[in-house]
Amino acid sequence: MSNSIINILIDGVFMSELDEKTENGSVGAVEEGASGEQKAGGDSGTGYGVLFFIGAFVVCFLSGWLLFPNLLYSKKEQPFNFNHALHVEEMGGCDSCHSFREDGSFDGIPKTASCLECHEELLGETEDEAIFVSEYVEKEKEVPWLIYSQQPDCVFFSHAAHVVKAGMDCRSCHGDIGESTTTKTYEENRITGYSRDIWGKNIWGMKKNSWDRMKMDDCAECHQEETGSKGACFQCHK
Amino acid sequence: MKQDKHGKNHKFGMVVDLDKCTGCGSCMVACMSENNVPFKEDESRKKDSITWMRVYKITNGKSFPETEICYMPRPCMHCGGKGDHGHSPCVSVCPAVATDYDHSSGIVSQIYTRCFGCRYCMGACPYHARYFNWWDPKWPEGMENYLSPDVSPRMRGVVEKCSFCFHRYQEARDRAYVEERDDIEEQEYQTACTQACPAGAITFGDLNNPDHEVYQMVEPDAHNCGKPKNPKAFRLLERLQTNPKVYYISEREWVRKAGDNYLEGEWEKVKNNHGNDHE
Repeated sequence: MSNSIINILIDGVFMSELDEKTENGSVGAVEEGASGEQKAGGDSGTGYGVLFFIGAFVVCFLSGWLLFPNLLYSKKEQPFNFNHALHVEEMGGCDSCHSFREDGSFDGIPKTASCLECHEELLGETEDEAIFVSEYVEKEKEVPWLIYSQQPDCVFFSHAAHVVKAGMDCRSCHGDIGESTTTKTYEENRITGYSRDIWGKNIWGMKKNSWDRMKMDDCAECHQEETGSKGACFQCHK
Repeated sequence: MKQDKHGKNHKFGMVVDLDKCTGCGSCMVACMSENNVPFKEDESRKKDSITWMRVYKITNGKSFPETEICYMPRPCMHCGGKGDHGHSPCVSVCPAVATDYDHSSGIVSQIYTRCFGCRYCMGACPYHARYFNWWDPKWPEGMENYLSPDVSPRMRGVVEKCSFCFHRYQEARDRAYVEERDDIEEQEYQTACTQACPAGAITFGDLNNPDHEVYQMVEPDAHNCGKPKNPKAFRLLERLQTNPKVYYISEREWVRKAGDNYLEGEWEKVKNNHGNDHE
């Protein structure tokens, strides 16, 4: 029963294809006769068209993937260079400068006051330290650091939950910043105003290390693995 | 149901003693300043103004000398839906998942960056607890510096509502983590309106925790959708089965009756077997 229905259907399809072929064939023959002369010229036109298409594609493709990212991000330099590696060597781990406040909040980048213990006066001979001492220590000003990992305003990130409660390493999100000897150029997205480190350096959105990107999906991915759920919105939003 | 891995689930709720409320409006002011709620040039335009916490005035409708007035503060009710499965009216209609129910705290969130302003939730909310930003907030010059950094300000085109000062819970937890405690204390997480009320009419705490004052005040019946066992306690529009987490208490019968729209004769059936009627 079912076989016969399928046969009928298949027959039907073939029949209609055959019908179309004969119809098109007859129409095509008439056209060929009428426009045989024009066709020779049309072939070279098609060649140029293909070339033009490929050329335009390459131009658009390259500008989209190479030029646009450069246009999208403006480059800013930090007020002066900071040598993390040197400080880690002298001071110890990350928490000797980046610590928690008593109320459980994270104090982020230290204030000038906490640098005074050592940098009241010039310690070394670098130009960067000279800038720090003359421009900020002596004038009692805070350094306007550009924060690479600054999250959007709607995000609540708890360092306490990740570092103290879950016992995570700073490196898992911040990478090898402790081994850097210079501060890299800060790239700001001209449209959103966010740091490029949030989207990640790779414009394709690929990541090799857990610290390559800091988007919501990256948070969710880890939460899914570690806690079995991405969590409710208010866990990370405010 | 999703469980919080770090401990048992909370169910934060609020109890308002309507006999204590004087209608002074301190809770509204505290709420606005705590949560960066924008104010308008003309606050009397109620279609435009935003009040996460709003004090309503109700009367018993009788003429002098029997006239009585009651002030009723109304935050978001953080409905858990029937059986506390998180099917709050607003959450179940949001097409963008911009609002969700947190099973670990019982709080209904609102994510402004995710909301695209369709306002279904406003239509769904039977308590008028949700507000739409028709305009970008305009702060008087210099006031941006006084906004709370713990609450993100809203932009034009999104819906906002009371969050039970959720950021205070986040901060209390942070402190607990650093002090290596498993859970927070009752007094560590209190909403701004609770602390601002000069009459002490608002109480806030965990409805799942029998040690908390809110639990003792209303005695929520876990087997009956959290209905209060205390006969003086009631919830707004109880029969919609939205399962709100805001309870009201009043000694006055007409106030309790005003908590829902009863047809003639209906109230008489409900008022005595309070908490036992399965409808």
